[in-house]
Amino acid sequence: MTAGSGTRDRTAGVRRRIESLGRMTVAGLEELGHGGALLGESLFWLVMGPRRKQPVRRDAVVAQMAEVGIGAVPIVAVLTATIGVMLAIQGIYTLKTFGAESQVTLGIAYSMVREFSPLITGILIAGRSGSALAARIGIMKINQEIDALRVMGVEPVRFLVVPALVAMAVMLPALTLFGDLIGLFAAGLYVSADLGISLSAYADNIIDILSPNDVWHGLGKSVIFAVLITLVGVVNGAAVSGGAEGVGRYTTRAVVHAISAIVVTDMLFAFVVTRG
Amino acid sequence: MAKPPDILSRPKVIEVEDLVAHYGDRMILRGVSMDVREGEIMVIMGGSGSGKSTLLRHLLALEVKTSGTVRLLGQDIDRLTPLAFQELRKKMGVAFQSGALFSSMTVGENIMLPLYEHTRLDRSTMEIMARMKMEVVSLAGFETLMPSELSGGMIKRAAVARAIVMDPKLLFFDEPSAGLDPVVASALDDLILRLRDAMGMSIVVVTHELDSAFKIADRITVLDRGNILFLGGVEEVRNHPSERIQNLLNRRTEEEVLDPDEYLRRLTGMDVGDGGERMGGVL
Repeated sequence: MTAGSGTRDRTAGVRRRIESLGRMTVAGLEELGHGGALLGESLFWLVMGPRRKQPVRRDAVVAQMAEVGIGAVPIVAVLTATIGVMLAIQGIYTLKTFGAESQVTLGIAYSMVREFSPLITGILIAGRSGSALAARIGIMKINQEIDALRVMGVEPVRFLVVPALVAMAVMLPALTLFGDLIGLFAAGLYVSADLGISLSAYADNIIDILSPNDVWHGLGKSVIFAVLITLVGVVNGAAVSGGAEGVGRYTTRAVVHAISAIVVTDMLFAFVVTRG
Repeated sequence: MAKPPDILSRPKVIEVEDLVAHYGDRMILRGVSMDVREGEIMVIMGGSGSGKSTLLRHLLALEVKTSGTVRLLGQDIDRLTPLAFQELRKKMGVAFQSGALFSSMTVGENIMLPLYEHTRLDRSTMEIMARMKMEVVSLAGFETLMPSELSGGMIKRAAVARAIVMDPKLLFFDEPSAGLDPVVASALDDLILRLRDAMGMSIVVVTHELDSAFKIADRITVLDRGNILFLGGVEEVRNHPSERIQNLLNRRTEEEVLDPDEYLRRLTGMDVGDGGERMGGVL
């Protein structure tokens, strides 16, 4: 190989990398735009559906709520209880250094309600329902079921996306609230066993510490997570191509993107709200 | 069966004028013009890659065309308001190649779905109407089964039942015989003929099965590489002197003639129209 051809190879390699970076950026922006348009379209059908003779079916929303919410109750309970106990263990261990173990309730209350319960519930639902949504829409696309809806005069966004979005936006905060209670209760059991504080004193302490704003902080975040999980699931499901392998690939992608979006949004939300 | 001259005196229910369509940079339909008359079975035939499925998707308004006009039941689909378009959709039924039954619903729920979405009938009336259509397609008694419990032929018939449940004026079939054994395929052809004769529907069938096409067609559109090679009656197609049509009918493949530049472009994936100098710069 001559020196000239080596330089040419390197130039071509750099150009390919820049091209690929550009393509990835454009594809990413395209997906963001798709998600935004989907949200707009969903809100449009939610409000305007009855006037367009395409109301969002209540039974479809209820079925989705049962799927997203009721089915997730046991695993949300187990995980938030575990996180609650973990917070209690770590809190007591850390505060022991200063002899301030009794202050552990403060850390548990804030961390659980403002951070861990919405985050863990969001991640769990992204893995459980976000992936299911992406797979369902992907399979429907491959099987021409989406086309079948359109030729029947049934708007797919109204029929498939809106019930999932509404169900998620209602059930994720509900599960988060449930997670708050279970997590705080489990932490309370550990604290009372370890520090000898009675459960009722612990509960009084928690009620004194927490303001409604703290609870709203967690619930507000969970609504945003719900929208993100749904949009990411639908955008990935709609992008499926290439048969069963494609469904698997985009389902995995949906979970990874949804969890990443949740974690980044969590940080941004906390930053913006705590500055205000 | 009605002869083409009789058919041509009937009103047009589908009109396509100079339809051009692309997938990305690739031109799939190159100015296709055709029409379908009331109460006829129009078969769209062609080999793989001829553009017949793309033409069907444009007739169903599932794709955005590059140029041209598609009129369904006298209405230009580009000029319809969303609500008017939805009304038009109710007069169309489609049986997709895969059946496209919703896997999370029973067969009966699948068939009732258009009624559920577009009418205010009570559930028992909808169930009776769905059962009536299931009788038409010889699927009575299977309404509680899930689509995964049906055979290939039964899925296609259930898809037909769903397509006709709103008594549409236009009925479309995408490859109805694909993947079926000859006996089941022939029964499906008989069903298509019955739907035309008993219900007076105008039917468009996209297929590459010659036997099926000749059995059911009133007229045939032969597509080849995005162009209409011929449009006419069954006998006219059979006896057409065109070598391309005869090759298609006799299942003979044609050698594709490639010029050297095109061959090089395919191999390298690059434009070599300027004599290969640009290739040297890239490789």
